[in-house]
Amino acid sequence: MNPILMAVIVVTVIGLIGAVILVAASIFMYVPVDERVEKITAVLAGANCGACGCAGCADYAKSIVEEGNAVNKCTPGGAKTAAAIAEIMGVEAGSSVPMKAVVACSGTCEKTSKRFEFEGIQTCQSVKGLYGGDGMCKYGCLGYGDCTRACPFDAIHIVDGIAKVDREKCVGCGACAAACPNAIISIVPEHKRKPVVLCQNKDKGGETRKACTAGCIGCMKCTKVCHFEAITVENNLARIDQDKCKGCQLCVKECPVGVIHVPANE
Amino acid sequence: MALKLASIFFTMILVDNYVLAKFLGICPFLGVSKKLDSAVGMSLAVTFVMVMATAATWPIYTLILAPEWAVGTARDLGYLQTIVFILIIAILVQLLENFLKKFIPALYKALGVYLPLITTNCTILGVTILNLDNGYNFIESIVCAAGAGIGFLVAMVLFSGVRRRVEQAIVPECFKGLPITLVAAAMTSLSFMGFGGIVTAIFGV
Repeated sequence: MNPILMAVIVVTVIGLIGAVILVAASIFMYVPVDERVEKITAVLAGANCGACGCAGCADYAKSIVEEGNAVNKCTPGGAKTAAAIAEIMGVEAGSSVPMKAVVACSGTCEKTSKRFEFEGIQTCQSVKGLYGGDGMCKYGCLGYGDCTRACPFDAIHIVDGIAKVDREKCVGCGACAAACPNAIISIVPEHKRKPVVLCQNKDKGGETRKACTAGCIGCMKCTKVCHFEAITVENNLARIDQDKCKGCQLCVKECPVGVIHVPANE
Repeated sequence: MALKLASIFFTMILVDNYVLAKFLGICPFLGVSKKLDSAVGMSLAVTFVMVMATAATWPIYTLILAPEWAVGTARDLGYLQTIVFILIIAILVQLLENFLKKFIPALYKALGVYLPLITTNCTILGVTILNLDNGYNFIESIVCAAGAGIGFLVAMVLFSGVRRRVEQAIVPECFKGLPITLVAAAMTSLSFMGFGGIVTAIFGV
């Protein structure tokens, strides 16, 4: 027999047998999938960021359909995605306020200084292990960019010695908050008018002043000026209750060290 | 017999390591070695498919493509092995995926995206072809494939450790990223050269 013909026949036959086996297998071993899962996966953002608490977008879609998970947990997709999923599932979308990361430190290079030169492995984690960090303030941003490396969206960078969040790019997945060894990053609802105290220093006022000129000294001026009792000072550190705050921003003007800011307007 | 099999097995892991000595499968070696758990998952999937693929391709080659009586004649279709083997491996992986999805969903979930990825992995094809080139019989081929898979696992685990150190080191600007990773891979490979001859010396085969 012609060897070329023979080769063609052999490969074709092997291919056909394989095709038959695969078709038979896909019929015999068919796993039913709820079509809503596929539809929801298609409308999700597809970033697999894990902000919803599931292991990726497909997993979240599955948990919506099978476990009745809330439809508005996709922060990258926002309200549009929530509405699209709600339509597929036939439920109310619920409100979805965007959540974004806030770095609670104002100690830029000119406001604070270093205690020593650090030449070890250049990560926040390792410098933290050496006498609690190389900065004058033990509570603030270490500035070695563990958050930058953790961010899947390229939304947080070290600018002027402290981490700065790109409000446009941030989706509030919380990867940076988990990576920060000083735990100064938190994920808060992005409100246009409500301010946040951008400091974590719990030392007494005098010590704070020595370490950083932009540190909360616990002077209580903000608590006195607030009409809604939204601000409390604990461990020499002011905190604003986001639920009680009405967004009047009197405290922003009152703060003598200027650490109260509205993150959304930065 | 047992001695020869053991010799083949350990040669594949230490001396003829597919990644570090034969330089096959560099793509997953560099791509999936960032995290230890995904490196192990990928390696186990590769080992599994290697053994399955060898078990399927060895009989097809020796019985259909190039049976002993046909060698040297026009009926010898040995030259088709690359294309036929790729076809068989692709079918096999697809079949395996269906099977795992239906009967062992936990394993299917654990292997995840790596299973379809290794369809076109050159180490799998390399093992099946080199088994035949070395003239191994069926049992030897299976042992060789298993050894190659474990060797892949060893290389991946070792390199994910190396990589973690490299990532924390202060690297000169021009070496950042892939260049330093490749240099580290080359050094890991060099260190494996030290195993040359060790298996022959131990087993005396």
